[in-house]
Amino acid sequence: MVSELIVGLFVFVLSMFVGREIIKKIPPTLHTPLMSGANAISGIVLVGAILVSGPQEISLVVMFGLVAVVLATINVVGGFMVTDRMLKMFKRKDENK
Amino acid sequence: MSEIIPTITQLSYLIAASFFIMGLRYLTSPLTARKGNILASTGMFIAIVVTLLDFSVLNYQMILLAIVIGSLIGGVLARSIKMTAMPQMVGLLNGFGGGAAALIAVGEFQRLSTEEIILTDSFVAIFPGIFIGCVTLTGSLVAFGKLQGIIKGRPITFPLQHYINFFLLFTFIGASIFFVIASPDPSFVLVLVGVSLILGVLIVFPIGGADMPVVIAMLNSLSGLAASTAGFVLGNNILVIAGALVGASGMILTNVMCKAMNRSPTKVLFGSFGAKKEITKAVKGDKNVRSIDVEEAAMILGYAKSVIVIPGFGMAAAQAQHAVSELAEHLEKRGVNIKYAIHPVAGRMPGHMNVLLAEANVPFTQLNDIDDINPEFKRTDVALVIGANDVVNPAARHNKSSPIYGMPILDADKAHHVIIIKRGMKPGFAGIDNELFYNKKTMMLFGDARDTVSKLIEEIGHI
Repeated sequence: MVSELIVGLFVFVLSMFVGREIIKKIPPTLHTPLMSGANAISGIVLVGAILVSGPQEISLVVMFGLVAVVLATINVVGGFMVTDRMLKMFKRKDENK
Repeated sequence: MSEIIPTITQLSYLIAASFFIMGLRYLTSPLTARKGNILASTGMFIAIVVTLLDFSVLNYQMILLAIVIGSLIGGVLARSIKMTAMPQMVGLLNGFGGGAAALIAVGEFQRLSTEEIILTDSFVAIFPGIFIGCVTLTGSLVAFGKLQGIIKGRPITFPLQHYINFFLLFTFIGASIFFVIASPDPSFVLVLVGVSLILGVLIVFPIGGADMPVVIAMLNSLSGLAASTAGFVLGNNILVIAGALVGASGMILTNVMCKAMNRSPTKVLFGSFGAKKEITKAVKGDKNVRSIDVEEAAMILGYAKSVIVIPGFGMAAAQAQHAVSELAEHLEKRGVNIKYAIHPVAGRMPGHMNVLLAEANVPFTQLNDIDDINPEFKRTDVALVIGANDVVNPAARHNKSSPIYGMPILDADKAHHVIIIKRGMKPGFAGIDNELFYNKKTMMLFGDARDTVSKLIEEIGHI
């Protein structure tokens, strides 16, 4: 039984390995921006939330979806913006003066 | 035509996923990091636009309204948050991600339960979706409350807490199996939601302030896994991939933090560090503390050749990073060689100190990790400790009965002189006395971090 779930598991596990290999190399100096940036990326649930709130007629499901859209958007916008705000501050010596 | 659009959607998701991975790749250096973040946000933008164009999305006005509301809240938060409050911000965002994922799982459950055949793959994925999402939501909110000072930061224990947690966990698993076998009334799902929400609170509630970096990293990881499970529920690969990347990132950070504290993740979750009363009596013998005033400290710093600054949570709490950077600048003008030594768990989240110092215009090239800086202490005139405590306690090296034994520390005691700026003799989060305070080389400079550093700057101007 090669179902959608199994394919998904393949994608999941392989992505974890990719993530591990890249993120291992990120220096401790950037761990806070990494977390907020990762936060923004986990805001990808916004895609799911949009799909759930897709139907025209308003139902309980759609309401749930819309609340999820708000929460996930906060995650995406807040996460990417605050990460950019932090990364802007990281400068070498000569750039300071 | 109806076949082409889903293909385009999927291919766009693939591009978005590649952008995320490349974006993270650029985060490996401070020089390219900003580009990486912009790349990742572009990926996100593509994914969102493509999804909005999906044929099943008809409810445009409402969705766009929700996006506008979310963007406004997120934008205001991102702009107004103080850099010292970054752990709270990340905690809160973790929670929102988890909450969104939980709502998706519950929503899909509602939708599927109105249909005839509900035993599909995605139906099975709903249960972990609800569980991880809800635990992340309430766990993060409690962590936020603790960091913000709304809830007491000290570890709080209650009787039978582990039994209750396990009981709740098994209740959840049992109820999930019951659902699959017996398909009871759909409203029973509220039990699952309730149990997971309570469990999230109970897991984080007993954990103390010192373990917060680990907890935040764990919740970060969970918020990613929540997104992945939502991806399983909806059969959507972009959610699975992006969630897995974040999950991996959180796990690595959790590991880094645990190693830096010499504690295992299970101990953090179940040990409630520092909850026990102080057992290890401090070093006996001479408990003399040498206290100096600002003038004297200014003399020592002003005539030193090299100074290593060791910042800790106290610097963040006093908002002293700008003053510290200014002090360093004045010293540099006098020809003093300045470096910063950053312990991985200094502050309340991984990398917290680095961000604060970067905010205060300290070049990132001066910020050093524990492994790079430790060999340099013995060649350094002064180690200046500002608001750090447990991370410089030499007891971690030799005192086997100390709760922090085995934790890697910054070797401040190996510098020729140690100046510690501190409010009083209160112990740090581990709740233990710090041997370094009683060291012969050590001089205590009592006072609020920001005030004291400002006074130091003034004094150094006079010499």
